[in-house]
Amino acid sequence: MLAVATPEVLWWTLLPLLFLSVGALLLLTVASIVRHLPDTVPQAWTVVTGLVTLVACVPMWQEVHDTGPRSTLAGSIAVDGSTVLVTALLAIVVVAVALLARPYLRREDLPGVELYVLLMLSAAGGVVMASADDLIVLFLGLEILSIAVYVMAAFHLRRIESQEGAMKYFVLGAFASAFLLYGMALVYGATGSTRLALIAEQLSTTVLVRDGMLLAGVALMLVGFAFKVAAVPFHAWTPDVYEGAPAPVVAWMAAGVKAAAFAAMVRVLVVSLGTHASDWTPPVGALAVASVVIGAVVAVLQTDVRRMLAYSSIAHAGFLLLGVQASDADGTAAVYAYLVVYALLATGSFAVLTVMGGEGDHAHHLDDYRGLARRRPVLAGAFTVLLLGQAGVPFTGGFVAKLGVLASAVADQGYWVAGIAMLAAAAAAFVYLRILVSMYLEDAEVVDGVTVSPTVPAGARVVIAVSCAGVLFIGLVPGPLLTLTRDAVPVLVGN
Amino acid sequence: MVVTTSWYLALAAVLFSLGSVGLLTRRNPLVMFMCVELMLNAVNLTFVSLGADLGDLGGQLSVFFVLVVAAAEVVVGLAVIVAIMRRRPGATADDLSVLGG
Repeated sequence: MLAVATPEVLWWTLLPLLFLSVGALLLLTVASIVRHLPDTVPQAWTVVTGLVTLVACVPMWQEVHDTGPRSTLAGSIAVDGSTVLVTALLAIVVVAVALLARPYLRREDLPGVELYVLLMLSAAGGVVMASADDLIVLFLGLEILSIAVYVMAAFHLRRIESQEGAMKYFVLGAFASAFLLYGMALVYGATGSTRLALIAEQLSTTVLVRDGMLLAGVALMLVGFAFKVAAVPFHAWTPDVYEGAPAPVVAWMAAGVKAAAFAAMVRVLVVSLGTHASDWTPPVGALAVASVVIGAVVAVLQTDVRRMLAYSSIAHAGFLLLGVQASDADGTAAVYAYLVVYALLATGSFAVLTVMGGEGDHAHHLDDYRGLARRRPVLAGAFTVLLLGQAGVPFTGGFVAKLGVLASAVADQGYWVAGIAMLAAAAAAFVYLRILVSMYLEDAEVVDGVTVSPTVPAGARVVIAVSCAGVLFIGLVPGPLLTLTRDAVPVLVGN
Repeated sequence: MVVTTSWYLALAAVLFSLGSVGLLTRRNPLVMFMCVELMLNAVNLTFVSLGADLGDLGGQLSVFFVLVVAAAEVVVGLAVIVAIMRRRPGATADDLSVLGG
């Protein structure tokens, strides 16, 4: 009899993945059997699943810290500090989005269970991306994440904008996936393996016969990644999708999808292709500069707050790329710190937008924010903190994050890149100031003798409060986060 | 005349370019999906021919994963199209222009 060699499986490394995917499938099964499930059940189930995943990350972190990073499942999954950090981040965002989703779905009168299921499945894909040690596994993770998000973007059945945004996201997302995959195929052809560790070994020990094929592969993969993280010039879908998709879903796209995509990007470029950094740092630097400049400048021209935040997310992607192009441990640590801060800022900001949207989810014009400080002073105050954080004002987490990536770029002799990014950050501050001026200095529109004030549901209150507190805490006491991210620098495992 | 690996790679490159140009220029959503399929299958051809050239099974193995992903992707894409067509029968990609600022 032929013995089939089965790979060694370290089950504890797969726990977050199992929790999220089994949680999603169980919820789907129960929801299709039980009629008239109260809408609190799927929400509570998702929150519990997210929290359990988060808790599972604590012993994993300890284990990785004590016994070192490792690779499992025949070198297809890597577990190191970055894997656990991004997993925990995704779990937190899942909880936040689940808290935002129920009041949103109720307000818009939409059926709800599928959104939670897709959210958890998408997070499972994100965990696969963050832990992928093989290009094909990375592609699978990316598709599990993306396909779920395409559906989530189209979730508002009665808004044609939602479906239009989803269609654009889908077409460009599929386009980007094909480019990424083609790049992977060429890298495979040049190095003879799809495993990141073997690719790195091959690149460091031998002179390649097919050097041109490797370069073409890396270039195509860069295009694919740039699409997914919304870097200029591959950003065209972002504002439309952010405007069309339901606001809680946008929170997930901004915080969760970006974190997973950057984790994968760092692992492929910095860790696996680090020996060929001189080939890919110039284009990544160019993407970074283009993103911070275009993101900041075009955001100024917008009048829809969702589109403003979409362009500001493009600028944030540029700052993150700045840390990637430094291609060293400091740069990647800065990227992870930025991802944590940005996840807080993005979930908090889009929580405010979810609340402000009002019935029909259309009150997102800058004028709808006029006089908010008088109508809802606490909400306006929280939004102020989050916007100042996005602008990178000192004593907020945004400052710590921006300082980290700029310092890593300067340390890597990228003076020009860092200089332009700083100027662009100053220009971007104007965008956030416009919203602040609208909230504090202008009077609210009076309709039929009354001013309408948005109602803030309890779930959104929790999300906004926690994200504000997190942003302020990181701004005042940055030490713990910086220690954490320094321990989370990804390393090469699995050869 | 010997057909070498590079012939297959060139064919795949041509198919991939055709797919990407088609995706960017065609307006019928279904044809756009076909272009996505063309791009992914061009990658499959690349994987298989490179795998054969390297004497490595990994290339052929990758194709299975890509096929499954491509099928799942199209399912979701068609669902989005159906949702749009219900609201707007006969819509082409150019008709989807509500968004923008």
